[in-house]
Amino acid sequence: MPKKITIEPVTRVEGHGKVTIKIDDEGKVRESRLHIVEFRGFERFVQGRPYWEAPVLVQRLCGICPVSHHLAAAKALDVIVGAGTGDGLSAVGDKMRRLMHMGQFFQSHVLHFFHLSSPDFLFGINADPAIRNVIGVIEHHKDLAVQGVMMRKYGQEVIYHTAGKKIHGTGAIPGGINKNLSIAERDLLLNGEAPLNADQMVEWSVAALNFFKAYHKSNKTLVDTFAEFPSNHLSLVRKDGALDLYHGVLRAVDTNGKRILDDVDYQDYDKYIEEEVRNWSYMKFPYLKHLGKEKGWYRVGPLARLNVCDFIPTPLAQKEFEEFKAYTHGKPNNMSLHYHWARLIETLYAAEEIRNLLKDPDLQNEDLVVKGEKLNKGVGVIEAPRGTLFHHYEINKDDQITLANLIVSTTNNNEPMNQAVNHTAKSFMNGQKEITEGMMNAVEVAIRAYDPCLSCATHALGQMPLEMKLVDSNDNVIDTKNK
Amino acid sequence: MNNTIKFKIDGKEIVAEMGKTIVEAAKENGVYIPTLCNFPGVPPKGGCRMCTIKINGRFMTSCTTPAAAGMEIESDTAEINDLRKSIIELLFVSGNHFCPACEKSGNCELQALAYKYQMMVPKFPYSFPLKEVDASSPKIIKDQNRCVLCQRCMKTIKTEDGERYFAFENRGDKLEVILDPELGQKMTDEIAKLAMDNCPVGSIIQKEVGFVEPIGTRKYDKEPIGTDIDV
Repeated sequence: MPKKITIEPVTRVEGHGKVTIKIDDEGKVRESRLHIVEFRGFERFVQGRPYWEAPVLVQRLCGICPVSHHLAAAKALDVIVGAGTGDGLSAVGDKMRRLMHMGQFFQSHVLHFFHLSSPDFLFGINADPAIRNVIGVIEHHKDLAVQGVMMRKYGQEVIYHTAGKKIHGTGAIPGGINKNLSIAERDLLLNGEAPLNADQMVEWSVAALNFFKAYHKSNKTLVDTFAEFPSNHLSLVRKDGALDLYHGVLRAVDTNGKRILDDVDYQDYDKYIEEEVRNWSYMKFPYLKHLGKEKGWYRVGPLARLNVCDFIPTPLAQKEFEEFKAYTHGKPNNMSLHYHWARLIETLYAAEEIRNLLKDPDLQNEDLVVKGEKLNKGVGVIEAPRGTLFHHYEINKDDQITLANLIVSTTNNNEPMNQAVNHTAKSFMNGQKEITEGMMNAVEVAIRAYDPCLSCATHALGQMPLEMKLVDSNDNVIDTKNK
Repeated sequence: MNNTIKFKIDGKEIVAEMGKTIVEAAKENGVYIPTLCNFPGVPPKGGCRMCTIKINGRFMTSCTTPAAAGMEIESDTAEINDLRKSIIELLFVSGNHFCPACEKSGNCELQALAYKYQMMVPKFPYSFPLKEVDASSPKIIKDQNRCVLCQRCMKTIKTEDGERYFAFENRGDKLEVILDPELGQKMTDEIAKLAMDNCPVGSIIQKEVGFVEPIGTRKYDKEPIGTDIDV
């Protein structure tokens, strides 16, 4: 008798999610779906609000990467206040925002890897969940845990000094920023008491990469085959092809590396990207219009970014990037667990960028805001830690928002995450008569490679309140398992 | 003839000129009594009741009551502070006050009072009223979601001819403070800023300058409300 297995809830900052795995009479996985079943409504309730509230209001979408929403909204509003499409800000405006963004990347990537994902690597996917969590990491790998906590703290400090608060600050305003970086703040971040200084962060980022590479070396099959599937990849890149997480043009490549979106201006994103609605999830499914729904979906995030860009403009991260690219002989990398490898290369890049920016005297300039002729529409696109993030606003003559369209990173990764869940379910659950906690966790590991926002609140404590249901074709519950 | 009087607030002797209100006399003697609708230069009206005190065992508003010799006043007591907290909670639930995205956060007297009286979650149910935002003036936004009907804007923001920019409209629970549409079109930047500054909450917001003042530098980021008065 066909069965349906439901993993619920898979908690998520933007909402509530669950996984459904349908199994046929032979015990084979037929289909798996990741459902996002909660509606947020930000695009609606921002309507009517004055436009300058958007960066502060919309960032409340998320508590892990609010800076990304804050900056994407501010970038869209830069266009509206006539400050150009990403390159019209003053040097201090541009660089303070970049510094804020790098602080965000650093803390978010560290949180993602150390706090949420490292337990799976350190203890194994099948390990006892009582140990396989961040508390277990603290108990059994104290140095690594302290390193992760302090790295995240440093990133949060960078955000604090640029945005005014560690979470949900107000630093970016339409046309620029509301503060520069004082000399005292610069010195604190650059040369603060160990370990909270820029050099230490670069050193620890290298160490984190080495940790992952060592794990990869001894677990090659798992890391290389876990949820490995072909896809397109999309991200922003700097106009010269460099990795740029703050601003650039949109580029996409297919699974062979062929350009399928060639460095286009994101102000016209709606010419290239369409969103499909499916009746079983509140989260839409974006795809490249010209390739259609079936072939146009793409991955975003660290793996996609390293597949799309030509080089990384900081020396240590570039060296790692070359090794990463060589692993797939220059072709796009489609291995889901390699997201973590790419994530750690980006963490190193962020650490190097923070160090570089802190040494830049432009950060002490006073010309904080640039404004020009007002427009009624603006699009802001940024690379958030989880991937490409689109904010689109339109305003009326009274400065009120009339339209908001957000395509968040998680939405861009919707189809890939569904694919990853499906691949994992087939690998781990085919032919199994009993569902183990390890199998359930394997599905979460697949999601977690893309997005910790689906599991952060619970996995961190090792008590994810998962409920798995076995349901027959008539939706009768045969068995229920909780952990 | 001696023009001074003496009375006590929470046991502390207060010396004041005759004719002063209790809230004024208290302020001059380093005793903070919270206010919201009261504003310098505007005749007090006792509207918001934040300044409620107990005089010789009887509840009164200290902004409207002249100080008199020999008064025994209770102000900073558990009973009265709980009453003040309830007033703040009622103001929060009767509007739509979402501090996280409000430009006035950190400069807002209502928010500062909520912190001072340690409001966590209001004990009253939220009414979530449907309110409009009037953004028709090129200089300000009048957000009815956040208005506490204190009338400070009505009484302090005027043209050179004494015409009021703001006025009451409707009655009862429909009562609102609205901006005169014609005067709103002619408003200067200076008047817009003054209106925003005189508004104790985020109901009047100057256009185009949102969030230019960083977190940490705002008035109540530095010290809790009343700290400048209390000694």
